[in-house]
Parts: sequence; C-alpha cells; structure tokens
Amino acid sequence: MSGDPERPVYRVDWLPGGDVLEARCFCGARRGLPDPVTAWTWLLDHPRHAAPPPEGGPR
Amino acid sequence: MTLFARNQWYVAAYATEVGEELLGRTILGEPVVLYRSRRDGRAIALADRCVHRRFPLSESRREGDDITCGYHGFTYDRTGACVSVPGQTRVPRTARVAAYPVVERDSLVWIWVGDPAAADEGRVPRAPHLVDPAMTTVRGMEPIDADYGLLVDNLLDLSHETYLHGGYIGTPEVAATPITTEVDEEGGVVRVSRHMLDAECPPFYARSTGIEGRISRLQDIEYFAPCLYLLHSRITPVGQPAPVFRTEITYAITPSAPGRVYDFWAVSRDFALDDEEVTAFLRDFNHTVVMQDVDALNLLQRALDGEPGPYQELSINIDTGALAARRILAALAAAGTDRAGA
Ligand code: FES
Ligand SMILES: [Fe+2]
Ligand SMILES: [Zn+2]
Repeated sequence: MSGDPERPVYRVDWLPGGDVLEARCFCGARRGLPDPVTAWTWLLDHPRHAAPPPEGGPR
Repeated sequence: MTLFARNQWYVAAYATEVGEELLGRTILGEPVVLYRSRRDGRAIALADRCVHRRFPLSESRREGDDITCGYHGFTYDRTGACVSVPGQTRVPRTARVAAYPVVERDSLVWIWVGDPAAADEGRVPRAPHLVDPAMTTVRGMEPIDADYGLLVDNLLDLSHETYLHGGYIGTPEVAATPITTEVDEEGGVVRVSRHMLDAECPPFYARSTGIEGRISRLQDIEYFAPCLYLLHSRITPVGQPAPVFRTEITYAITPSAPGRVYDFWAVSRDFALDDEEVTAFLRDFNHTVVMQDVDALNLLQRALDGEPGPYQELSINIDTGALAARRILAALAAAGTDRAGA
C-alpha cells in the first residue's frame, strides 16, 4: 500500500494463519491484539500506548 | 445516525447528468438545482427553493442561464440573485437563493454545501481513471434509504462479497483472506488491502476477461473520507506474471438526507476496451451487484429503525477498516461543525 510518507500512518495487520491483529504505530510501537476495537484503542493512545482495557479481549 | 461532515466536497452528479435540463438533488439535507450554463458551459448549483413560497426551482423553467420560478415567476440569475419579480419593478434586496461552489473534475460534479469561505478546490479528491482514454467505464447511481454510514461500512468490509454477492463477485477466498489496514488520520484516508494469491475466479471477472482457471486477485481500497472510495483491483491467472487485468471500481458516497444516501458507482477496465458485449455485461452485472447491496442496506436500515433502544454491535477482524472509517467520519463531522459555527 502506498501512503503519503510525510504523514503519520497507523497500521493494523491481520497476521495470516491466525486471528491476531498486529497494531503498528508510526512511532515504531507494535503489539499483537485480539480484535479491531482494542487495536484502534491501543494505537490512538499514541504516544502512551498503554495496555488495552481488559474488556477488549476476544469475545 | 452518522453525522454529516459539512465542510467537505461531495459528488452531486455525473457531469453528463448536468446539462440543459434542471436537475434536482438533495445534498446533506440541502435541496439543490443543477444545470449547465449556455454561456460558458460551466455547471451551476443553486438552492432549490424559491424565496417567495419555496417552490422547487428544479420544477421550473430556464430562460438562458436564469431560472423563472414555475409558481409565480420570481426569476434568478446564475449567482442566485433574484433579478425580477412579477407585477412590480422593485426587487426586494434580500431576494436571493444560495449558489454553491461547484468543481467539475474527472467526469464528476463536486459540490460544497458547507461554509463557502472554507471551500478549497485543491482538496477535491481525484479519480483520473474515470476519464482515462486507456480505460472504458460503465456507471450508474442508486439512491438508498439508509444512513450513509451503512454504505461506508459495506464498502470498507468486502468480506460481504462472499455471502451477499456469492456467484457474482464473491468467492470463499474473499472472506477467508486476512486484510491489512492503514489509516492516515490527517489526510482522512483509510486503506484496506486483501491479496488473494490463489482464488476462484468469480463470474464478474471470468466472463469479462475470459479467464477460466484460478486467479491471483488483489483488492486495494483507498477511501478518501467522506465521499470518494476507490477499489483498485488486479486480476492475473495463477502462475502467470501476466496478463494483469486492471479494474478500477469507484464509489461516491453522498449523504442526501438523514437516512438517505446517493450511491454513485463506476467500473473502469483496461481490457476489451471496445468490446460492446463486455461493456453491456459489466454494466448489467455490476448493476445487479449494486442492487444486492441496495436491497440489503434498505433492509438493514429498516431493521435498525425497529430497534426499541440503543443496540450493541460486535466487531471482528474483518471490521478493522470500517471502524477506522467511522472514527474519521466522526472527526470530520465535528470539525465541520466548528468551522461552520453551527
Ligand atoms: S413560489 Fe416561486 S414565485 Fe412564488
Ligand atoms: Fe457489496
Ligand atoms: Zn505511537
């Protein structure tokens, strides 16, 4: 995919072969997460990237 | 309901729809009349309600570039100023209808119904393939009685192709293939990619390209919120580096009113350019596919309207792009409200 390199981009990769989403921030932080709500919550918490809320787990 | 982002460009019509006839559309709740100037060929968009008793100007008559109201004859020029009223020489100074900024680009007529001072032509998103002589395009528009957010949801999650469009454009691989999602928050762009390297060829592509075996099918979505959605599609027979069949699928998502949206759709291809049979097939077949979405969204909206109270949703991996789009729309709507002072 081609983004404008000048602008910060958040990225979520659904890792093949499983259900894990890998969230990647433009700051370099990355983390495997169980669902998209948790993934966006974690990403948009830049630059803190605190742990996602416990209720964000797989349902 | 998904809030409207007012300070944005929206597709009001295809350029070919705007001509001699007066065309009435409702954009973000604003009734608009569109027509083309005889003098310089430019598209004109005025508020579609006469200031006298609110009669629709789109149901009225043109006199050159002026419109004379079909009820009692107030006449407006192309800037929206009332230039004559019946029976008296004095025209009330406040007699004018709004004229909206309009930009014609890539065969689309874009309109700005927000704060006119914030209208920047440089921010109209581009769809150059629609006018590329190396491509052939079929297109249409369907109004849907649904929140425009439901159409955004629909287009950002193509896994529904497998279920809603099975036997047309959907195959099992679409829903089964992981996606990658990118969000450019400042630019208001969401990108979703689904690359199927060994997939069944659905009838949409089999019958238009003549491919019989399995294919590599690359779907790369770019959503320029709120209105323009591009799906870049690349099809190649498995095991072959070429030919690559390139198809650009364009949607313009224009909220008409609360609970109503215009679904502009187009399919551009870089193969069988002059083949009338392929053109007719893609037009009819894609219309059928679009109507499957239209029917589903009409039904979904009625179901949501029947909910007794606030309802819960449950999002899974396939919803990653749609959730990002919803956030961006909410941010654009909030920003638009601030700037318009509404
Ligand atoms: S409503 Fe238009 S002139 Fe009376
Ligand atoms: Fe669809
Ligand atoms: Zn970060």
